[in-house]
Amino acid sequence: MKILVCISNVPDTTSKINFTDGDTKFDTNGVQFVINPNDEFGLTRAMWFKEKQGATVHIATVGDASVEPTMRKALAIGADEGIRINAVPTDGFFVAEQLANVIKDGGYDLVIAGRESIDYNGGMVPGILASLLGMNFVNTCISLEVDGSTATAVREIDGGKEKVQAELPLVIGGQKGLVEESDLKIPNMRGIMMARKKALNVVEPVDATKATVDSKFEKPAPKGAVKLTDSVDELVSLLHNEAKVI
Amino acid sequence: MKPDSFEAPDYYNLDDLLSDEHKLVRDAARQWVKREVSPIIEDYAQKAEFPHQILNGLAEIGAFGPYIPEEYGGAGLDQISYGLIMQEIERGDSGVRSTASVQSSLVMYPIYTYGSEEQKKKFLPKLASGELMGCFGLTEPNHGSNPGGMETKFKDGGDHYLLNGAKLWISNSPFADIAVVWAKNEEGRIHGLIIERDMEGFSTPETHNKWSLRASATGELIFDNVKVPKENLLPNKSGLGAPLGCLDSARYGISWGAIGAAMDCYDTALRYAKERVQFGKPIAAFQLQQKKLAEMITEITKAQLLSFRLGQLKNEGKATSAQISMAKRNNVDMALKIAREARQMLGGMGITGEYSIMRHMMNLESVVTYEGTHDIHLLITGADITGIPAFN
Ligand SMILES: Cc1cc2nc3c(=O)[nH]c(=O)nc-3n(C[C@H](O)[C@H](O)[C@H](O)COP(=O)(O)OP(=O)(O)OC[C@H]3O[C@@H](n4cnc5c(N)ncnc54)[C@H](O)[C@@H]3O)c2cc1C
Ligand SMILES: Cc1cc2nc3c(=O)[nH]c(=O)nc-3n(C[C@H](O)[C@H](O)[C@H](O)COP(=O)(O)OP(=O)(O)OC[C@H]3O[C@@H](n4cnc5c(N)ncnc54)[C@H](O)[C@@H]3O)c2cc1C
Repeated sequence: MKILVCISNVPDTTSKINFTDGDTKFDTNGVQFVINPNDEFGLTRAMWFKEKQGATVHIATVGDASVEPTMRKALAIGADEGIRINAVPTDGFFVAEQLANVIKDGGYDLVIAGRESIDYNGGMVPGILASLLGMNFVNTCISLEVDGSTATAVREIDGGKEKVQAELPLVIGGQKGLVEESDLKIPNMRGIMMARKKALNVVEPVDATKATVDSKFEKPAPKGAVKLTDSVDELVSLLHNEAKVI
Repeated sequence: MKPDSFEAPDYYNLDDLLSDEHKLVRDAARQWVKREVSPIIEDYAQKAEFPHQILNGLAEIGAFGPYIPEEYGGAGLDQISYGLIMQEIERGDSGVRSTASVQSSLVMYPIYTYGSEEQKKKFLPKLASGELMGCFGLTEPNHGSNPGGMETKFKDGGDHYLLNGAKLWISNSPFADIAVVWAKNEEGRIHGLIIERDMEGFSTPETHNKWSLRASATGELIFDNVKVPKENLLPNKSGLGAPLGCLDSARYGISWGAIGAAMDCYDTALRYAKERVQFGKPIAAFQLQQKKLAEMITEITKAQLLSFRLGQLKNEGKATSAQISMAKRNNVDMALKIAREARQMLGGMGITGEYSIMRHMMNLESVVTYEGTHDIHLLITGADITGIPAFN
């Protein structure tokens, strides 16, 4: 089985978020980047397929050279080979088209993407990707088994779970549940050393549509000061007159 | 204990000076410490027990001989990677870092640098994987700062050496499988010998009731007519310079480790000061507390620059013992002062095991003493700049 894990390079959740260029660009200054958490769950599940079922695991990221440390980490965790599509990811359509282009002739049985990327939370890439590739698609996947050419996946649905079967090749949008947080792998020294020698191939992007344009980002209003009160009457009056919520 | 929400300060963007691999190595160690050390360490320190279950993990993150070449089971990393690993481990606990320092710099380093090819092949891969643990015996009951006066000695017994004497304050001794021991031969010249746990006449009683490095096992090494095979003598260097060479390597790592302990104290105090409200304000709003925090981050930043530059010099093979003394002395003292200030900033909470600060503070009392005391390092700098040794 040949697996491709799509890895998005995202700001660490503790980063302080700022924008530049008239609030149209994310300011990457001083920001630590990490493997998108949903993709890390997927990568860890892929490692399980590698260990238990002899799968080969490639990773792909659309990004400029600055994404390479994140990709090296994925290689240190155990992916066999990396493909970097040398373009700044601009929107979900663009990213999906770039990924589709390297996946289509790559002979992959399973494409594991994340349900959403925690940077821009578009949640678009895996669906568009499946459609561009004409592959089956299971989103919000919390469990995945493969037996021969059939995958059995469990999806999270409102208030419950849905078990589905699909034939390979398949694209999934994965999330926590594929593996648990405690299963996530810390790269060990042997892995880091082996990653030095693994191929990280850079391919040039294809012409692709950028379907959306960012006109402005806004940060949520900062939290105001908290008022403490012991009196119920004052509380009601504050909620009515100041907060205007009742 | 509180969940570990550590965020490393990097006031001068030192990360920009690190390679991607440095950061990968450091972040892996940091993640491992958060997952495996922070949740358990307070409990082990309180019980005064060494957490044996973490040895495997320490080996996996490369804490044992990271700069030893791959052919001997090491990771072949540079000195800055070694420093960063020590920083992250000591961020968790100085006792755990002590175990890693001893294994790397005081056991693997002398075997790699002064050992025969057979000794290297026999011991290094197993020490790197943690299958064998080692300790280092230099200090004696009557000879601490003055190791050259050591009394432990060995005689030629024909097909073996006969070793007699005692070592005190030896980290890892209670559980070590091997000990690198420094002793004088019949001519009074210091040599290193590899002593194995099962040799007859060799015992390692544990030293109890420490208030410092409680999660590290410390003990004695007692040699009562121990027959040591001749092939266990380290052949390639003798004299006091041999053990001192090991200490240089360990002290360099400690200069980074102390930064880790200081960062943890600073980060904890900063977070606490922003949340703790007194007189209607977070205590971080008071100038006295800001002075403490501002001085802490300044001192941490200076210490980082010292160790980073020293790491570059070590990579080039140019760092002198005196330069290493300066960084060890400065950085450990800086960490100890920060721990004491940070402890006060947490008020009563600062003395509890809910927070790591008091443990760091007590640990650092050992770190400021071992591997050359604070005073002795000052005398080393003094001797270096004046040319006049003032040791005796
Ligand atoms: C330096 C940088 C600058 C950026 N600038 C902009 C910008 O100016 N405007 C903007 O809108 N967006 C920007 N992005 C975000 C980027 O466009 C998103 O990563 C991309 O749009 C993904 O779309 P999404 O949020 O819909 O992803 P989702 O659909 O939420 O992602 C789902 C899954 O798709 C896969 N995936 C997503 N992105 C990638 C990728 N790049 N490579 C491989 N797999 C991927 C992952 O498996 C991910 O879990 C930037 C990102 C970076 C790192
Ligand atoms: C927890 C712990 C773990 C240790 N682990 C190891 C280990 O693994 N292996 C090992 O070999 N050793 C180890 N040591 C020993 C450590 O290196 C010694 O304690 C240290 O070298 C100091 O020696 P001492 O305790 O005999 O103090 P002393 O040498 O007696 O010093 C006492 C005081 O006198 C001062 N002093 C001494 N000489 C002078 C001078 N000439 N001028 C001015 N002041 C002076 C010192 O600075 C110190 O303040 C460990 C110690 C501790 C506490």
